[in-house]
Amino acid sequence: MSEARQPTEAELQAYADGRVDPDQKAAIDAWLAEHPDEAERIEAYRRFDEGLRKLYDPVLAEAVPGRLMRSAGVSRSWLPMAKAAGWLVIGLAIGVLAGWQLHEWRTPPPVAADPAAVMARRAAMAHATYSPEVRHPVEVGADQEQHLVTWLSKRVGAKVRAPRLDEAGMSLVGGRLLPGESGPVAQFMYQTPAGRRITLYVRAEARGHRDTAFRYARENNVGVFYWIDGECGYALASADLAKDELQRVATLIYKQLD
Amino acid sequence: MNEAERLVELIPRLRRYARALVGDRATADDLVQDTLERAWAKLHLYRRGTDLRAWLFTVMHNVHVNRVRAARATDQLEEDMPELAQRASQGDALLVRDLDRAISRLPDEQRAVLLLVTLEEMSYDTVARTLEIPIGTVMSRLSRAREKLRAMMLGQGATRLKVVK
Repeated sequence: MSEARQPTEAELQAYADGRVDPDQKAAIDAWLAEHPDEAERIEAYRRFDEGLRKLYDPVLAEAVPGRLMRSAGVSRSWLPMAKAAGWLVIGLAIGVLAGWQLHEWRTPPPVAADPAAVMARRAAMAHATYSPEVRHPVEVGADQEQHLVTWLSKRVGAKVRAPRLDEAGMSLVGGRLLPGESGPVAQFMYQTPAGRRITLYVRAEARGHRDTAFRYARENNVGVFYWIDGECGYALASADLAKDELQRVATLIYKQLD
Repeated sequence: MNEAERLVELIPRLRRYARALVGDRATADDLVQDTLERAWAKLHLYRRGTDLRAWLFTVMHNVHVNRVRAARATDQLEEDMPELAQRASQGDALLVRDLDRAISRLPDEQRAVLLLVTLEEMSYDTVARTLEIPIGTVMSRLSRAREKLRAMMLGQGATRLKVVK
């Protein structure tokens, strides 16, 4: 039964880092199977590693301050070039993080004259901006939902509600206020237990706007369902959900807010 | 690509490591700036064909150690940081937030090893060369860092830490 040799602490660390060869791995797997406490310890280490990456990898996507570029010997004259190189790095980093590539963002999209389509595009950008945030995804958390809704309604100028999405396996993370085309807009964020996120962008519509049916747009890798209903325009965005999943959530929201 | 260009390319990684090492953004970027200035001035000492990233992280490590030493000499360090609040960690977001605090409470030299292994995914050998310590020390610091994190995350505090050889 307990023929498996006890691995050294260094071997266990290497195992946690996935740096052991297949034979060693098999031996350690066997030993851990007999030592659940140790297996749990190693599993915790792996979770921390993953957590650390979640915490700090977003730094890779931040724009590098000019003072650092200059300290790296980048003269002002070729700063634009270095910036472009920086963008490439950032693009790769974000590409890894969110699954889309930044250079696509930089290609100017055809000008959308339709105000609802403009809303969809803004919603997609807001989603891309805030949904990868680990530490500050929202301004006001779901623990203060009542305050959040009152505040956003007041600022947006329409009665705004945060729909319940438990049925879709999603819980409210919180929300924030954003600048819109013609005034403040609200963004609510939801996520699944696995961390897949959606954001609901809500803006007040001018009087006399007609309701619209669901429409779908794709901005880079962010899918958006958008519609106008009564006094508000809505855009539901996600880079994580497939189109049909997103549509189910959009339908759920539409029914609740009707 | 020459060294200067590769230096620029490595800035985002230096910033990530610095942020995890010192916590706040401004201090981290100051550390990166000092590192880059020093690296730029000493670039002639870098041996072509060797690992530029390891060399640069060594520069950063030395700059960091000097900065910490200078800070200790000039101002009183906070005696004791408040204990981590005890709460059950449920879900990723909580885990990540707690980790942020726990990592800042690790001894500097343990934190450096853990970050180079997890964030930079450096081989243990490279970590040893970068921090200029024996590989055995790398392994023991890695082990202690992780065990200490685990103890903090379990809300036990570091005192009841199981001794790991």
